Amino acid sequence: MNTAITAENLSHSFGEDLVLRNVSFSIPKKDFFIIIGPNGSGKTTLMKVMSGILKPKNGQVKILNRPIDQYHRKALARTIAFVPQKAPTDFPFSVAEVVLMGRSPYLGMLGLEEENDLKIAKEAIAFTAMENLAHRKLDQLSGGEQQRTFIARAICQEPDIILLDEPTASLDLAYQAKIMDLMEKLKNEKGITVVMVSHDVNLAAMYADHLLLLHKGQVLCQGLPDEVLTYKTLEAAYGCTLLVDESPLGRSPRVTLVPQKYMNIDRQIE
Amino acid sequence: MLLLGIAMVLGISMGSTDSGIKDVLQNLFLSKTSDSMLYTIIWQIRLPRVLLAALVGAALSLGGLVFQALLRNPLAEPYILGISGGSAIGAIIGILMGFSRFPGVSLLAFTGSIATLLLILGMSSGQTILKKDALLLSGVMVNAFCAAVIMFLVSMTQDSRLHNIIFWLMGDLSMGDMHHAGILAATLLPCFVLVFWLSNPMNLLLMGKEMAQTMGVNIKAVTITLLVATSFMVSATVSYCGLVGFVGLVMPHLLRLVLGPDHRVLVPACVLGGGTYMVFCDLLARVLPKQGEMPAGVITAMIGAPLFIYLLKRSSR
Repeated sequence: MNTAITAENLSHSFGEDLVLRNVSFSIPKKDFFIIIGPNGSGKTTLMKVMSGILKPKNGQVKILNRPIDQYHRKALARTIAFVPQKAPTDFPFSVAEVVLMGRSPYLGMLGLEEENDLKIAKEAIAFTAMENLAHRKLDQLSGGEQQRTFIARAICQEPDIILLDEPTASLDLAYQAKIMDLMEKLKNEKGITVVMVSHDVNLAAMYADHLLLLHKGQVLCQGLPDEVLTYKTLEAAYGCTLLVDESPLGRSPRVTLVPQKYMNIDRQIE
Repeated sequence: MLLLGIAMVLGISMGSTDSGIKDVLQNLFLSKTSDSMLYTIIWQIRLPRVLLAALVGAALSLGGLVFQALLRNPLAEPYILGISGGSAIGAIIGILMGFSRFPGVSLLAFTGSIATLLLILGMSSGQTILKKDALLLSGVMVNAFCAAVIMFLVSMTQDSRLHNIIFWLMGDLSMGDMHHAGILAATLLPCFVLVFWLSNPMNLLLMGKEMAQTMGVNIKAVTITLLVATSFMVSATVSYCGLVGFVGLVMPHLLRLVLGPDHRVLVPACVLGGGTYMVFCDLLARVLPKQGEMPAGVITAMIGAPLFIYLLKRSSR
């Protein structure tokens, strides 16, 4: 069986709020899997459940065909790495120090690194093209550079799966492409399964092998990008008028937001 | 990086408590004519006092370091958060009830500090513990309340213990003898080791709870262990030496500035550096007044409070 993550009937609630309802899906190994959906659709919660941060009220997550709660803490950390949307940067660790922290699931309590760990950290820094910044302090870096540091840290963890919660949010265009290219390279060269939550439907369409559209805590649609990104599903999920055609680059759908003032024109097109 | 680590360790041990104590001893040697009297003075009065100061300083600055890491708030410190105050209430009750220093008073002080810790966490965790202002404000209020309770207890006392209590409250190291220093060392040293053992998880916790957890840290266990160990250290020092404030603010910040934020270096550095700092403060407290001496807490507060204001100003930018 070549599945990286299996979700079986996941349900979760915060108090009265049902955030996830019977969510089931499976992610193949070496896949670039992107979860999209409107605000409050449960994307981040799903991410936390998959990474073992949250325990779902119902259902279970299997990592490499083994239930997540059967993993020892450190063993899980050697299998899955998680890059949160935002991490605190107010204690001035250097880039190299942060990346090296990724080795701790392999180390004893004090986390004393050996030659080999330093080598792996160096490779992770090179992979993310952060060599020049390795000795800079975290709080002196831009948002995109911080994000790349945290990704390098995740790579240094040598996981089979990397989970990222909106890594491109609040980054400018060039950096969005850089991060997405980096994830693609990670998948292709290291064979790591990349699972990502994203706000950006178009970015998701261009990079993802498979998409999952979440709406009000339920799976609305999942599959290949052109199966998921249709006028019908998107309108059902986002509740606004959208135009879906093919990207000028070909092979992936393109979603265009239709502002109110173009509404009449849009009807004519239909 | 490895070289850096070695250099750090070297740098710390050269400016450590050991040499600090040696300096103090040498000063004493030179300032007084050597006699058999001196032997007694050094061994029965000075040495226990210096040891006590070093232990208290080490425990308090380590306490500050732990709180700053766990609450991810550079202004956290046992005294500012009111945890020292809480254990002081417990300790005073113990003293007034006539318990002996070691199990009785210390135990009550520990109860007091845990109670305040829970109170503060409860008050500030409704939103998020990380909110600087919420945490500091609740600390200030807890402190004010503790001070009121302490004053209440003090004003109920009429007898000769009054002077002692007030002096003790302001952070007094003069009561120590070798026996006390021994007990304190026995209670504190395991805590130091425990905190050092958890220094790498502390590093990871600085990167946020989620990241720490997905790197294999058992957050709950680590946090609770650290909080309890720290409260224990603080209450132990409070029951011996009263309220010594701001040590936990000065040393961690100074050391972080010099050595960087890695707790595997900072924890031992804080133990050594805090000890050195406290020994110096106590020395000043002994030497400065022409007659008698003043509590060391006066000195630490005089140095620490302005630094706190400076840090507050800088961090709110």
